[in-house]
Amino acid sequence: MTGENGQISIWYFIGCLLTIYGVLITGSGIYELFSPPARPVVLAEFHAAIWWGLLMLGGGLTYIYFFRPSKDNK
Amino acid sequence: MNPFALMLAAAPERLIVLSPIDLAIIAIYFVAVLMIGFYLKERASTGEDFFLAGREMTAWVAGLAFLSANLGSLELMGWAAASYQYGILATHWYWIGAIPAMLFLGVVMMPFYYISKTHSVPGYLQLRFGEGARGLSAVTFAFMTVLMSGINMYSMALVMKVVLGWDINFSIWVSSITVAVYVALGGLRSAIFNEVLQFVLIWLGAMLIPILGLIEAGGWTNLQAKIASNWAGQDFTSLWSTLGTFEGNPMGIHWTGIVLGLGWVISFGYWTTDFLVVQRVLAAKDLRAAKMAPIIGAWFKMLVPFIVILPGLLGLGLLDIKLTGEAEAIATGGHSYNEVLPLMMARYLGPGLLGLGITALIAGFMSGMAGNVSAFATVWTYDIYRAFMKKDASDSHYVSMGRWCTIVGVLVSIGTAYLVMQFLSIMDYVQALFSFFIAPLFGTVLLGMLWKRATPAGGFWGLLAGTVSSIAMWAWVKADPSVLSIIALSPNAKDMAENMYRALWSWTVCVLVTVVVSYMTKPKPIEELRGLVYGATDIPSEHGVPLMSKPAFWAWVVGAVFVVLNVIFW
Repeated sequence: MTGENGQISIWYFIGCLLTIYGVLITGSGIYELFSPPARPVVLAEFHAAIWWGLLMLGGGLTYIYFFRPSKDNK
Repeated sequence: MNPFALMLAAAPERLIVLSPIDLAIIAIYFVAVLMIGFYLKERASTGEDFFLAGREMTAWVAGLAFLSANLGSLELMGWAAASYQYGILATHWYWIGAIPAMLFLGVVMMPFYYISKTHSVPGYLQLRFGEGARGLSAVTFAFMTVLMSGINMYSMALVMKVVLGWDINFSIWVSSITVAVYVALGGLRSAIFNEVLQFVLIWLGAMLIPILGLIEAGGWTNLQAKIASNWAGQDFTSLWSTLGTFEGNPMGIHWTGIVLGLGWVISFGYWTTDFLVVQRVLAAKDLRAAKMAPIIGAWFKMLVPFIVILPGLLGLGLLDIKLTGEAEAIATGGHSYNEVLPLMMARYLGPGLLGLGITALIAGFMSGMAGNVSAFATVWTYDIYRAFMKKDASDSHYVSMGRWCTIVGVLVSIGTAYLVMQFLSIMDYVQALFSFFIAPLFGTVLLGMLWKRATPAGGFWGLLAGTVSSIAMWAWVKADPSVLSIIALSPNAKDMAENMYRALWSWTVCVLVTVVVSYMTKPKPIEELRGLVYGATDIPSEHGVPLMSKPAFWAWVVGAVFVVLNVIFW
């Protein structure tokens, strides 16, 4: 499960999903920055979607980099 | 009546409305888990692959799957509700009710499970006590596992109905078919792979609520002050200091029930013998990984109250409304305890993050269900079908049986879900039934591993006597509620306290009967106990292994943190 035996690592899959989610959630947060909702959530001024999305994006890209399938495994 | 069904009746309208971005996040999750199942299909061709994931999991993967299989969505919703109702006392189910048992599994019991090369807990009982004990535990486990899976499925669909307004049939069929597809394709490897993914999503989806909640409250000390101010005369933030009497705490339980009933019998029974969780550890790549996996799981289990208990406490301190029991919520049109987590989600999570939070709930449900069906498929195929129906078939035949079992297990679960929908009281009975088997099974496995003198007859009759005594005590209290003061030591004991003490007594009966019958019957020769029992098994020495790589060292570290946390929140 860690990339041995020609198998793509589980962490690589997780990295891909986190990257996609990070882009979507950060994008959603940026959109809200310029177009605030009529009924904002509590602590909306913290813009949690932006920093949480960026955190997921950073984590996802890190996982993709470190657990990407090697040439030997292709 | 099922609390979630009452919640459905009480909820005036859906609690949360999802945006297109939220729906996209949920849809991407479903695509991802199915892709993993299809990708791993090629790697599930042998029995070892399908049922034990090729025994090649690292300690981290096995440890996270071990925990994830237990971390269902109802766990998130239910324990957040319990913490609103009972305060920080609910944390006992995560700390003393889990950590010592998980460490014990890793350090003491895992060597016997792993060295014996068993594929399941009933399989270990067969090696140690013979076919009788194996048959009894396999049949009860398989039966109860699919029933519990159906009940959880129904409850989850109700939650989705209340929280999102989704149709119950839609939730049941879409989520269960997804689980059936990825487990039937990739077997245990696919279940574990997805459980690790689901573990990450559960944390990412649930963690923002306590973080933002603590920011709003102004930190833990201020939250305690707000709770004390909102709920004068009640102590919701002390872990142990209110447990000196049954009347002194909202749970109606004494510390002896928590320590002996929960911390000893129920916790050790579940975490060390329930094959649903133990199966993940058996898939570890070597003995050291198998020992480390429960210790890694224990570390994260210790942190789970942060995402489960704290939201309930934040609800006590920060919500403008007071949540009530279900009956009162129906009568007044208000909100019930069970809605505390969705209410906190709606409070803090905007578009995108809300989708992630709901994905965490769905991921929790699916990881729990995948755990149930993969464990069911293994026990049915190896411990019932191969043991009692078709002994000499080929490996590929058993793999094929495992795949069909997965699908049949899911269909039976769906059938149970619809049955429960018609007859809600079934849920209470099945949950009680499940508790009947766990405590005695722990007595049987513990004596089997640690006492060479335990005989096959002792193991079988002890397990049977413990189970029957548990059922008898439950039925006795149902027939005559005044007996509660005998079983649970107090007429004021609540349901949870009764469960604790019933488990303790049934475990005691199992141990006593096993010991007495063992002394009356002939023990197995020592040669037949090799690899199965303490004192007859050569456990590989860890001499020369660096300290940081020793499971025992990390068990001590986790144990020390566990003690410190209990003292801090005393």
